[in-house]
Amino acid sequence: MNVVLRHKGALWGFRTTLLLYVFLLIVLPIGGIYVQSFAGGWAHFTESLAEPLAWQSVALTFRLALIATAINVALGTMSAWVLHRYRFFGRAWLNSLVDLPFALPTAVGGLMILLLLGPGSITGGLAEMLGIRIVFAEPAIVAAMVFVTFPFVIRAVQPLLEEADRAEEEASYTLGASRVRTFMQVLLPQMRPGIISGAMLAFSRAMAEFGAVVLVAGNIPGKTLIASVYIFGEIESDNPQGAAVVSVMLLSMSFVVLWFVSVLQARRSQL
Amino acid sequence: MHIEVRQLNKWFGSYHAVQDVGFSIEAGQLIGLIGPSGGGKTSVLRMLAGLEQPDSGEISFQGKLMNDVPPQQRGIGFVFQHYALFKHMSVFDNIAFGLTIQKWPKARIRERVAELVELTGLSGVERRYPHQLSGGQRQRVAFARALAPEPQLLLLDEPFAAIDAKIRKELRSWLKELIERVGITSIFVTHDQDEAIEVADEIMIINQGRVEQMGTPWDIYKTPETPFVAEFIGESTLLSNAHTLKGFESMKPGEESKALIRPEYIEVGREGEVRLPSASVQGKVKALHFRGSEWMVEVDVGGMRLKTYRSLESPVLHIGERVQVLIHRIYLFDKDRSWMQENALKEDPLPVLI
Repeated sequence: MNVVLRHKGALWGFRTTLLLYVFLLIVLPIGGIYVQSFAGGWAHFTESLAEPLAWQSVALTFRLALIATAINVALGTMSAWVLHRYRFFGRAWLNSLVDLPFALPTAVGGLMILLLLGPGSITGGLAEMLGIRIVFAEPAIVAAMVFVTFPFVIRAVQPLLEEADRAEEEASYTLGASRVRTFMQVLLPQMRPGIISGAMLAFSRAMAEFGAVVLVAGNIPGKTLIASVYIFGEIESDNPQGAAVVSVMLLSMSFVVLWFVSVLQARRSQL
Repeated sequence: MHIEVRQLNKWFGSYHAVQDVGFSIEAGQLIGLIGPSGGGKTSVLRMLAGLEQPDSGEISFQGKLMNDVPPQQRGIGFVFQHYALFKHMSVFDNIAFGLTIQKWPKARIRERVAELVELTGLSGVERRYPHQLSGGQRQRVAFARALAPEPQLLLLDEPFAAIDAKIRKELRSWLKELIERVGITSIFVTHDQDEAIEVADEIMIINQGRVEQMGTPWDIYKTPETPFVAEFIGESTLLSNAHTLKGFESMKPGEESKALIRPEYIEVGREGEVRLPSASVQGKVKALHFRGSEWMVEVDVGGMRLKTYRSLESPVLHIGERVQVLIHRIYLFDKDRSWMQENALKEDPLPVLI
C-alpha cells in the first residue's frame, strides 16, 4: 500500500485530483461571478454598484454581522471557559449541543426565532409593549446571525484551553497575581488566537447567512434587506448582473477576512 | 524562613493522599522530598504553596499560621515540573512578571532582571520566547522567575524530571550552588534518590502519604528506621533464609523477621583476596554485569542470590567460578522494629596477640 502511495504516478494523480477539484468547485464558480458582474460592461457594473439599495443591503449586513460577532466573541469565550473549567451535571450534554446550529437547517433556526420572539410570543409581546420591535427588525437579524454562528468561537477556543497548561495559571498566582490579573494577562493571551480566528469565521458566516435571516428580517428594502436576500431578489426579478455585483462585494470582503485569518495563524505558528 | 508543619491531612475523594504529615525545617536549609510516585510528595509541596488546601493540620511560616493565606501572599517561589513559563512572553517579561505585579519601578525591574539573568547564565536570550529555548534554559528561566520577587521559600516540583541525564547533573550542582549563594530556604520534590542525596542538606522520605524518615542523607543511608527506607535508599535484596548465612547463625530460624542486604555489605573475591577468610563463605558466580565504572557480580550462596560490586582493578571473575563471599552485615526488621546485624565472626572470638 505504502509503496503504491509513494509511487510518483500516485502523487501526480492525487495532486491533479486536488487541483481539478479546487478548480471545478471553487475557482470556476467564483471566477464566473466576477465575469458575470462585468458581463454588461464596465458602465453597467458601476451603475449597479451605485444602486443605493445594493449598497444599503451590504452596509446593513456588514454592521449587523459585526454586532453578532461581538456578541459571539463574548458569549463563546465565556461558554468555552465554563465548559472547560467547571464540572457540572449535564456538561457533556451541553457540550455536544453546541454544534446544533451547524447541524440544523438554518430555516429551522429562523422559524424558532420567529416563534420565540414573534409578536404572538411572550417575549415578543413584552418587547412590543415597551415599544421595541424584535421580529422583522434588526434585533431578530442579529439573533439569527448569533444563533447560526454560535459554535465558531467556542470550538476555536476549546482546543487551546485543553492544551493550555494549568500550571501557568498557578505560576501566576504564586508570583502574586490576582485572579482577574491572571485571567487578563495569562489566560486570555492563551485563548486569543482561538478567539480571533473563531470571530473571523463567525463574521464571514454571518455576512453570508440567508436561511435563518430571510424568515425573520421582514426584508424591507433599504431597512432590513440584507445582502444575501437582496441577491435572491435580484435573481427573482431577472437581474443577474445586479446579483453578481453584490456577490462580488461580499466575496471580496470574505477574501479579505480569510486572508487576515491566515496571516494571523501564520504569525501564531511562528511563535 | 522557618517552616513548621503539623498533622497535615489531605484527601482526594476517598483517597488519603497525605496522612498526619509533620516536620519542621530550619531557615536556609535545602530539603529533598523523595518517595515513589503517587506517594503524596507533590501534594505536600502544593499545600505549602497554598495551591491546595489541607483538610486538616497546620502550616506555619516563621510561627505565623498560613492555612488561610492565599498563594499570592505567602512569599514563596514555585518552580513547576514542566516550567510553566508564560509562552506569550519573552524571557525578560517572564522574569519581570512578579515584579510588575508588585509595582516595582521600571528601572529597578530592569536592574533586578539583569541581575537574575546574570546569576542564571541566561545573558543574551532575554528577548527570546520560551519555545526558542532549550530545556535547560527554560528551567533556568523558571528559577529566575521564581526568585525575582525575593521569596522567603523556594518550592521546586521535580525540577529536573524533564531534562536529559547529562544536563541534569550539571543543573543539579548549579542549583545547589545557586541556592547556597542566595541563602533561601528550599524544598524540592524528586523521585530520583541520587538527586536527593547529592543536592539536599536533609532528605524526607514520603511513602503512601506518610513521612517515613527525615534526616541527613548519610544518616538515612546508615540507619534506616523503617524497612521501606532501607529498601528504597540504595540497592537492596530481600533474603529469605538469612540465618543460614555464615556469621549469622545466632539468629533463630522461624522468627518473623525479614532480612535485607545491600551490595556494599558484601565483599567477593578469589581465595586469598578476602581479608577474613574465617568469616566468609563459599559462593559461585552466577552472573556478571558491566556497569561502566565497576562490575556487578551476582553470586549464589546457599541457594540465595546476592548482588555486590567489584572494582575494575581486581582480577576479572568468570561465570561459574568459586569465590569467597564475606558478608559484613545485614539489615533485619519485623513488624515493630528494625536493626543492623553485624557478622558475628568478624569480631574474632579468640584474639591472637602478637
